[in-house]
Amino acid sequence: MASRPRTLYEKIWDAHVVETREDGTALIYIDRHLVHEVTSPQAFEGLRAAGRRVRRPELTLAVPDHNLPTTPRVDAAGRPVPIADPESAAQLAALEANAPAFGIRYIPATAREQGIVHVVGPEQGFSLPGTTIVCGDSHTACHGGLGALAFGIGTSEVEHVLATQTLLLQQARPMEVRVEGELGLGVSAKDLILHIIGRIGAAGGTGHVIEYRGRVFERMSIEERLTVCNMSIEAGARAGLIAPDDTTFAYLKGRPMAPKGAEWDAAVAYWRTLRTDEGAVFAKSVTINAADVEPSVTWGTSPEDVVPIGGRVPAPEDFADEAKRIAAQKSLEYMGLAPGTPMTEVAIENVFIGSCTNSRIEDLRAAAAVLKGRRKADNVRWAIVVPGSGLVKAQAEEEGLDRIFTEAGFEWREPGCSACLGMNPDKVPPGERCASTSNRNFVGRQGPGARTHLVSPAMAAAAAVTGRLTDVRALV
Amino acid sequence: MQPLTRVTGRAIPLGLKNVDTDVIIPARWLKTISREGLGAGAFEAIRSEPGNVFDNPLYAGAKLLIAGDNFGCGSSREHAAWALADLGIRVVIAPSFSDIFSGNAVKNGILPLVLEQDAVDRLLAVAREGLELTVDLEAQTVTTPYQDRFAFAIDPFRKHCLLNGLDEIGLTMARSEAIAAFEARRAAAQPWLMRGTAATS
Repeated sequence: MASRPRTLYEKIWDAHVVETREDGTALIYIDRHLVHEVTSPQAFEGLRAAGRRVRRPELTLAVPDHNLPTTPRVDAAGRPVPIADPESAAQLAALEANAPAFGIRYIPATAREQGIVHVVGPEQGFSLPGTTIVCGDSHTACHGGLGALAFGIGTSEVEHVLATQTLLLQQARPMEVRVEGELGLGVSAKDLILHIIGRIGAAGGTGHVIEYRGRVFERMSIEERLTVCNMSIEAGARAGLIAPDDTTFAYLKGRPMAPKGAEWDAAVAYWRTLRTDEGAVFAKSVTINAADVEPSVTWGTSPEDVVPIGGRVPAPEDFADEAKRIAAQKSLEYMGLAPGTPMTEVAIENVFIGSCTNSRIEDLRAAAAVLKGRRKADNVRWAIVVPGSGLVKAQAEEEGLDRIFTEAGFEWREPGCSACLGMNPDKVPPGERCASTSNRNFVGRQGPGARTHLVSPAMAAAAAVTGRLTDVRALV
Repeated sequence: MQPLTRVTGRAIPLGLKNVDTDVIIPARWLKTISREGLGAGAFEAIRSEPGNVFDNPLYAGAKLLIAGDNFGCGSSREHAAWALADLGIRVVIAPSFSDIFSGNAVKNGILPLVLEQDAVDRLLAVAREGLELTVDLEAQTVTTPYQDRFAFAIDPFRKHCLLNGLDEIGLTMARSEAIAAFEARRAAAQPWLMRGTAATS
């Protein structure tokens, strides 16, 4: 064994090197592969054309999520409701046919276990600490919250993993984001990750894998850790990691695909070794003071465009960098915002609570806590809650959260990616504004011309109540 | 995959930073089960603006695209690379690229070429005159009709794949014995890792 102190990332990497080429490229073994309908059809087609099989079908799990409408999936008689959009229907049908044809476990749209891939993987115990996890989706970084090296890949790589259970990769550089101190009351994991992205920038983690370190992360629940790691990609880092600990093991124990019995004990013993060694060197290190983090919102069209809720819309001149000034000017035009406007004066017409970033049970509890006994403002035209999976939905209903949402004027939907990306019927109309718990405020992301403000679940609920971006701390 | 050795052509001077893959190809174009025809949806929002660089006849038939920092950030959709390929783009020049996009580009015979901001600014100026740039991958240089010459770095494996139009899957399948040996070691030492969906209780 190497005696040099290693980071968590380096330990996981080293454990997965099948072989290293002379040019430094490594063949890395992939332990877990998640597949959804959008980025897989061309990969299966490629396998077919070349007459190739799936090397390890049991290491891949297929779930539809991106395209699925979030309206009821079965009618009163229990029959599946057909998908209206023919292209979406064809893509969903392709996955439903490809998975069994290649021997891959498929969770159908009508199953209770269905949901967003990044909610389903941890929930089923398919995603495990110390594993390499990939998916044709950049928010695969999410699973780093369990201490897995998880990252998004393109469709050619999806095909590569299906055929070989490996990927050819260059090792990334380890980066540390250390958070000192404690988060204030009413400040969530989402606020923290938005603050971090605002600080290091949308390309601040490019070429790196971020490890989040400090007491704040150790005290977080798994749901919160998944939220933080999920948005690592918005800082340019392909993956984010939080070292697994007793919280992680307690979360995973007894999950359907997690190890059992003696294998569980052996797995936990191994997982306990997955920590950055004393004296290990990070290529880049950023320290954040938790006390500086406030409920955060975005004003522009890049996730790095973050201000505290008490802040104002910046002016292009506020930026030192010429390219950023041009980008800010374009963003303000697109967003229809004037420099200097207090963020709390920005009125919204839509609220979306959901996505792989914030659709787990704790997210729904946080939003419901704000909405209990309240109603959405009249100017809020459309407010929806989309649970991350059927199991999250069932849990929320058991706790009565669905009634709090519907009494507040929200629609209570079926699980899926929904309004996070404009590819299913849930879209924000052109020129309208949305307080959204998703992860991207890109131009056209929630639909052509849609204006997105990224916020936490509690902040989205607060915005629904007042009809404008609001500091949730004033409502609790 | 089509090999890439030397590309001479006009360049679209886009120049923006943080161009995300939602901008390169919006989600509604992702409902396809083919790799073809995505050029029609490429840069849809930008192309809806009058006088945009994509519809400027000065850059007609461009084989290169020049952008700002962090090109291809956001979604992992390889459709972004397929859309660029469908537009006829073989080289994208920028000060930096997202990790996922640059991998996807190479796998589709597109070179993500990194140069310092000063060099990118100079090439943007030359491109705006409608002049042709030449990229020589073997020599790792970009040259202009004004005798500018910029050297660029590239990972040797990526260079090898691009120059030869290699299929990575074929390369890796030739290593299947090494993969099998790795799997056998894992199955003995940590059998739970190999169970995956078969572990369902």
